[in-house]
Amino acid sequence: MSVLMLLAAIAVLAIAAFFLARQRALASTQGNPRLLHSLPGYYGWYGAISVLAPALAALILWLIVQPMVLEARISATLPADLVADATTAELTMADVRRVAGGLDTAIASGAISETDAQALVTGATDIRALLAKSGVALAAEVSPEVLTAAQDYRTQAHWGAAGRTALILVLAVLGLFWGVTRAQPEFRARNQVERVILALLIAASSIAVLTTVGIVWSMVSETFDFFSKYPYQDFFFSLTWSPNFRGGSDLGIIPLIWGTLYITLISMLVAVPIGLFAAIYLAEYASRRVRNWVKPLIEVIAGIPTVVFGIFALVTVGPALRDWFAEPMGLGNSGSSVMTAGIVIGILNIPFISSLSDDIINAVPQTLRDGSLGLGATKSETVRQVILPAALPGIVGAILMAASRAIGETMIVVLGAGAAAKLSLNPFDAMTTMTVKIVGQLTGDTDFASPETLVAFALGMTLFVITLGLNIFALWIVRKYREQYE
Amino acid sequence: MTDISAAGPARHRPRQSILTASANMKRRNAAEVRFKLYGLIAISLSLAMLATMLFTIFRDGVSSFRQATLSFPVELSAETLDPTGNRNPEDLRKVTTVGYQKVLSQAFVAELQARGITQDGVSDKQIGDLISRDAAGTLRAQVLANPDLIGTTIDATILAAGRVDGFLKGRVTFETAVRDNQINPDQLRLVEQLRDAGIVQSSFNWGFFTNPDASDQRPEAAGLGVALLGSAYMMLMVLVMCVPVGVAASIYLEEFAPKNRWTDAIEVNISNLAAVPSIVFGILGLAIFINFAGMPQSSTLVGALVISLMTLPTIIIATRASIRAVPPSIRDAALGVGASKMQTVFHHVLPLAMPGILTGTILGLATALGETAPLLLIGMVAFVDNYPSAPPEGFLDPATALPVQVFSWASRADPAFIERSNGAIIVLLVFLVIMNVAAILLRRRFERRW
Repeated sequence: MSVLMLLAAIAVLAIAAFFLARQRALASTQGNPRLLHSLPGYYGWYGAISVLAPALAALILWLIVQPMVLEARISATLPADLVADATTAELTMADVRRVAGGLDTAIASGAISETDAQALVTGATDIRALLAKSGVALAAEVSPEVLTAAQDYRTQAHWGAAGRTALILVLAVLGLFWGVTRAQPEFRARNQVERVILALLIAASSIAVLTTVGIVWSMVSETFDFFSKYPYQDFFFSLTWSPNFRGGSDLGIIPLIWGTLYITLISMLVAVPIGLFAAIYLAEYASRRVRNWVKPLIEVIAGIPTVVFGIFALVTVGPALRDWFAEPMGLGNSGSSVMTAGIVIGILNIPFISSLSDDIINAVPQTLRDGSLGLGATKSETVRQVILPAALPGIVGAILMAASRAIGETMIVVLGAGAAAKLSLNPFDAMTTMTVKIVGQLTGDTDFASPETLVAFALGMTLFVITLGLNIFALWIVRKYREQYE
Repeated sequence: MTDISAAGPARHRPRQSILTASANMKRRNAAEVRFKLYGLIAISLSLAMLATMLFTIFRDGVSSFRQATLSFPVELSAETLDPTGNRNPEDLRKVTTVGYQKVLSQAFVAELQARGITQDGVSDKQIGDLISRDAAGTLRAQVLANPDLIGTTIDATILAAGRVDGFLKGRVTFETAVRDNQINPDQLRLVEQLRDAGIVQSSFNWGFFTNPDASDQRPEAAGLGVALLGSAYMMLMVLVMCVPVGVAASIYLEEFAPKNRWTDAIEVNISNLAAVPSIVFGILGLAIFINFAGMPQSSTLVGALVISLMTLPTIIIATRASIRAVPPSIRDAALGVGASKMQTVFHHVLPLAMPGILTGTILGLATALGETAPLLLIGMVAFVDNYPSAPPEGFLDPATALPVQVFSWASRADPAFIERSNGAIIVLLVFLVIMNVAAILLRRRFERRW
């Protein structure tokens, strides 16, 4: 019985349990729900849960454990030279699985009968041709050991599936009886059902933590792998980045960090003044009507996908900067440059800074403004000498968060900054960033044994630590220096 | 020392009317005007940049919705297309696209001769080059699907080559053609004649929405079919995975969570996850879903899982805000008439918070739809020209997504792909606008002030 069929069977049993338990609870009080502890539906739900919970848990456990047990048992029967070390064992087992899967397909398509498949011998039949006919391509001829192992694999998997079906159906039926027998008037069905719901809610909220754990675990393990193949001193302190997939590459992070920070700096030079002044104008000067129109328009920028900004950098901003500034000034002839990427990331960050600062400026109490104006200050003096100092921690926090977004930005730099890792001061030079190199090293054919691929995880880890650090620092500043007004 | 000397010499201010501004006041007022001007400049700059970006994208992209086609009669001669003469599908398959290409260009040359259209310096082969390389494949599929066509003459409407399309749209000119090895000015003069004769026409490009991606040589045949399907699959899965989990997590955190270390950890995690760069989620997807769990690369399932994890914090934050906006009196009333805490939440708080949750979900999906970087790492940038099959098996098939298609077209050499890329952006932006407008309308319709 396939897993899908099994799930369907469990679902049918659960529905049956719902109605049986509900019926029984009602019947036990001669159809008077007021004599029950809980509403009749809760007895039904309790019945359904007692079918679903044990059966599904057992199914998941079985699906995880069976392949592991099966592999261990099959590889124990294989000759020692085929499972000499971890890599060859893995390859042999992959072969076994593929041949077994191929036999399954061949039987399903009617090319061979079940008994014939188990009786196959390598010398007598061309197994490769047989499997190719049913659409399974094999790289090499099948060795006799692998074929026997594959046949064993099939037999055992077959028995495994039968055992799974039996166990789970028995569990589901037992659950049904349990759930239905407990449907008595004094049974507190609602409390039980609510406990299950609460457990589900807790599980859902833990996914966020699991994601973080997953991120950290995936990067830490591969980063350690990387540092076992490549010295960490070279990674952190080397001034050259020249990966070479034939080996002997220099993987120094410093040029990438330089490119990243240079682009971030330029983007902040664009975004901070524009964003801040826009926020001040909208909060202090603009009429209600202007504000209602302009604020959403600026926020439209934040809703546009970054790949669109990337195309804008590639097609419009890059060539314009090259033709109007870089070439006339003799600073280079590259369309993709630090300047291009920096300016476009700056535009992307304007709404981020302006709406955060806008909120913060609006949170400064009106009494401070009134006091300052009452002493004779002009509006701009009030803003500069009273409101901005009061709002400063929040604004610094917003700027730091925007910087962390600029550091982690990917599509704009991939399309606008270039791919050459360089240490240069010329803003019209093409330079590259950590995110560009993560994309570069991990797209296309990747080999997870070479440092050239694994370096991407070390870069990702560095990026994660930097952005997380900036965010935590920003939150800390906001929390520490925030003025509390009554 | 006396008190008087301590006060210092009395500053002698010039006597002045309060009706005329002093120099000091003038300076301060000028500063005020400047300050206000800076704000205006900042706002106009950011709006101007937005406008420039949208303008350039529309200018470059709108033309991809029109496509040049050639219409002329094609005689599907039996001796080339069915050499054995038995209409056996097996034998028909043996004639490759090269054979069909020959049929097409012969028919095209014959049509030009019949119409008396000539152009010096254009060989028959160069005339054939005006036909898209994709056309032969399309014709072959058409004939294989309906072998009765063999031996008849059909009125074919087929794609023109990318350069011909570009010429009609003004991207390819006589000057660029001089340096172009795919077309020369004489061919363009011929195209002008063909246009006057009505053989080359420009019509709405339905293929842009239905065709799969095409190789570098055939920009005219490239379409968004696979990308649209891939994005739709992913959004469907994100919706199914994210909304129940996000709502459940928010309910727990807002209504049930006790104040302890575990809930603190969850809170900090959610706010930090919202700030993690998207590419890091791509690394997570590659390491855990593909390498560790062995899910198929480039599949929409992995893409949806990665994007779900990214979207979850957004949905949780929006949902929590709208649950918090339901006033406590509602809860008190429900508890007061004997509902349990769980009943209060599911029967009263959640329905009242629903419009806010929906709005937040739509906005979260809109962000998810435009996400590109993580999808590059899990292999969705690969060239896919087969449609994924129907769900649920289709969720495991390789596909691409709308923003990724924008990126991969932008990285190709032929400028015709930049046009397609901008066209794809327009399609993407239209979807985003629809989703955002829907969110705004929902908010307007159902927003409730307590």
